Amino acid sequence: MTQNPYLWLIPTLPLAGAAINGFLGRRSSKTAVTTIALVFPGLAFALALWIAFGFSSAAAPYGCHLAHWIRSGNFSADFSFYLDQLSLVMLLVVTGVGFLIHVYSVGYMAEDPSYYRFFTYLNLFMFFMLMLILANNYLVMFIGWEGVGLASYLLIGFWFTKDSAASAGKKAFIVNRIGDFGFLIALFLIIQHFGSLNFTEVFNKVQPLGAETSGAGLLTAIGILLMVGACGKSAQIPLYVWLPDAMEGPTPVSALIHAATMVTAGVYMVARSHVIFERAPIALTLVAIIGTLTALFAATIGITQTDIKKVLAYSTVSQLGYMFMACGVGAFSAGIFHLMTHAFFKGLLFLAAGSVIHAVGGEQDMRKMGGLRSYIPWTFLTMGIATLAIAGIPPFAGFWSKDEILWKAFSSEHGSWIYWLIGVITAFITSFYMFRLLFMTFFGDYQGAQVDAHGHGTHGHEQGVHGHGEPHESPAVMLVPLMILALLSVVGGLVGIGNGFEHFLAPVFGTSTETAAEGASHGTELLLMAVSVTVAVLGFLLAFVLYVSKPELPKKIAASLGSLYDAVLNKYYVDEIYAKVFVKPLVDGSTAVLWQGVDRKVIDDTVNNAADGARHVSDEVRHMQSGNLRSYAGWIAAGAAVVIAYMVWRGVGQ
Amino acid sequence: MVPLSYYLVLSGILFACGVLGFLIKRNIITIFMSIELMLNGVNLSFVAFAAHWHALAGQVFVFFVMVVAAAEAAVGLAIIISVYRTRETLNVDQVNLLKL
Repeated sequence: MTQNPYLWLIPTLPLAGAAINGFLGRRSSKTAVTTIALVFPGLAFALALWIAFGFSSAAAPYGCHLAHWIRSGNFSADFSFYLDQLSLVMLLVVTGVGFLIHVYSVGYMAEDPSYYRFFTYLNLFMFFMLMLILANNYLVMFIGWEGVGLASYLLIGFWFTKDSAASAGKKAFIVNRIGDFGFLIALFLIIQHFGSLNFTEVFNKVQPLGAETSGAGLLTAIGILLMVGACGKSAQIPLYVWLPDAMEGPTPVSALIHAATMVTAGVYMVARSHVIFERAPIALTLVAIIGTLTALFAATIGITQTDIKKVLAYSTVSQLGYMFMACGVGAFSAGIFHLMTHAFFKGLLFLAAGSVIHAVGGEQDMRKMGGLRSYIPWTFLTMGIATLAIAGIPPFAGFWSKDEILWKAFSSEHGSWIYWLIGVITAFITSFYMFRLLFMTFFGDYQGAQVDAHGHGTHGHEQGVHGHGEPHESPAVMLVPLMILALLSVVGGLVGIGNGFEHFLAPVFGTSTETAAEGASHGTELLLMAVSVTVAVLGFLLAFVLYVSKPELPKKIAASLGSLYDAVLNKYYVDEIYAKVFVKPLVDGSTAVLWQGVDRKVIDDTVNNAADGARHVSDEVRHMQSGNLRSYAGWIAAGAAVVIAYMVWRGVGQ
Repeated sequence: MVPLSYYLVLSGILFACGVLGFLIKRNIITIFMSIELMLNGVNLSFVAFAAHWHALAGQVFVFFVMVVAAAEAAVGLAIIISVYRTRETLNVDQVNLLKL
């Protein structure tokens, strides 16, 4: 391991920014807050770039020991950092996209009264995310893991005076807690059986163990528990419910935390633990199944949503499902590849959606948009590029990574044609709902003014954006990040040509086994590629027919589908089912047993009775303090008499 | 030669009278005098022991006690005067502001 003494600076810089803005931001000028908020993540990004340019695969992995932390017997966990090819990719994505979104937020949040608080949280998030990525042991990773959860909670509930935002924050936090529970138990198992949490040490001890093919064992248990943790953070079935609600936060937050970076932490963690998963085929299959189902499930919900951010949220869940599917079939590098391209185009989609919302004065309902392409051409252009990228149209970034995943799902030893088939269907749905979003928002006639005429008015869903008027293009500070991300969405996939990305990550994940067989099946690969491009184009055509040439058709189709359409529109009633099955029994049980039973009957009564007893005793005793000098003197004399009597008695006794 | 025990019994009686007077009497001046009585009861036992053991220390103690008692008398009488001026009574049962 090569030492790199600057590694610790990368997470610390945003922390410094958060601290300065957090403590002094309230009293500082807006310019000062902006400067601090941009300079520190910017420096972190610059440092990451500098390290990336000096990165040599021969010298990797790099390490950096900052401080001792826990030393207990043979167990130790230190504040140490670790950089290999995998964390380098994540590092560049997080600092790069993160910095761009910081810049964008300067424009987007410009009129928010809690400007400094927003950037404090955003910088804090960067700190924790970088801790998560650069950790060299599971415990430091867990700090980052919990920390990003905290930052996510704070930012979802950023407009906490709004009830829905506050409860969305709580929901995200609590649902994540379920996942963290699994993660923690996995860590305990690792400590118990391998005596360490250090990645290198644990993986060295796991390496000689055989794959648990005949049945479930220790590694399968650890794998499944880690997966539970990843499901929470990365919003997979059954813990995905928090992510759509998380859209209550400001749009840059949705872009940074709930699309580009934090939600990919689960994928990163699974990829990081690939040594364990590769030896636990049952856990791996479970990851693939969950990923595949989530991809399809969320995509179908995405079709019916009308809130522009909700569509993107379900799309994010669906794309994360793809990444899980890739990890589940053992194609970790494909998963990370999609993670990277997804960060570009989904970050861009959210930022562009933010620009749209900004343009129409806080409206998020796509039915009240339409025809915006002439008002906000730059947003339209960049969002169009992102849509092409996510739909999987070559040569945009999403095509390369999604195609890589689909090919691996079909061809890898853990793969199966079922994964591929569902993946392709999902790709079709993805293409359809993304173009639907594009057409509803930018084509046709503008619906906003018309609604105004009916006297409904457009209530600002998001505070901090100015009042309604003619849709207008966003300021340059918001458009430049959009353009940079659009550029990345176009060219970001090119690193995957000729398996370049996979070769780069090979030192981490090992060379995939089917490289030799690849030549023979090249024809199949091209065929599958053609199929996925075809379905993407079909999705586009369907969306075009339904939302541009025959806009009355969707309503008819919806009506003819009846209850099925209602089910999808209401997100398959999952939230309602959870509320009935988990939340209500929990609330009722806690009310009856914990609140009325334990809290009131045991704890409150103990305290109250103790206090009542003390008061009754003192009621009696306080009569001694009569103010009557002679009774005091009497007590003193009596006391002295008792003491003397005692001493005389003791003296006699001796 | 009067035996030591006589002095001690007398000293005990004086002290007991002092305690009794302190507890029973209501007039502050009388109470004050009872305190003096207790002090002098103790003084008597000091000098009795000093004579019996031929030790000078006991007599020195007595001087100390007398000096302190003199000082205390000065302060105490001042307080009594001030109490009388503010409350126009010397009955301790009526000087009971420090009760609950």
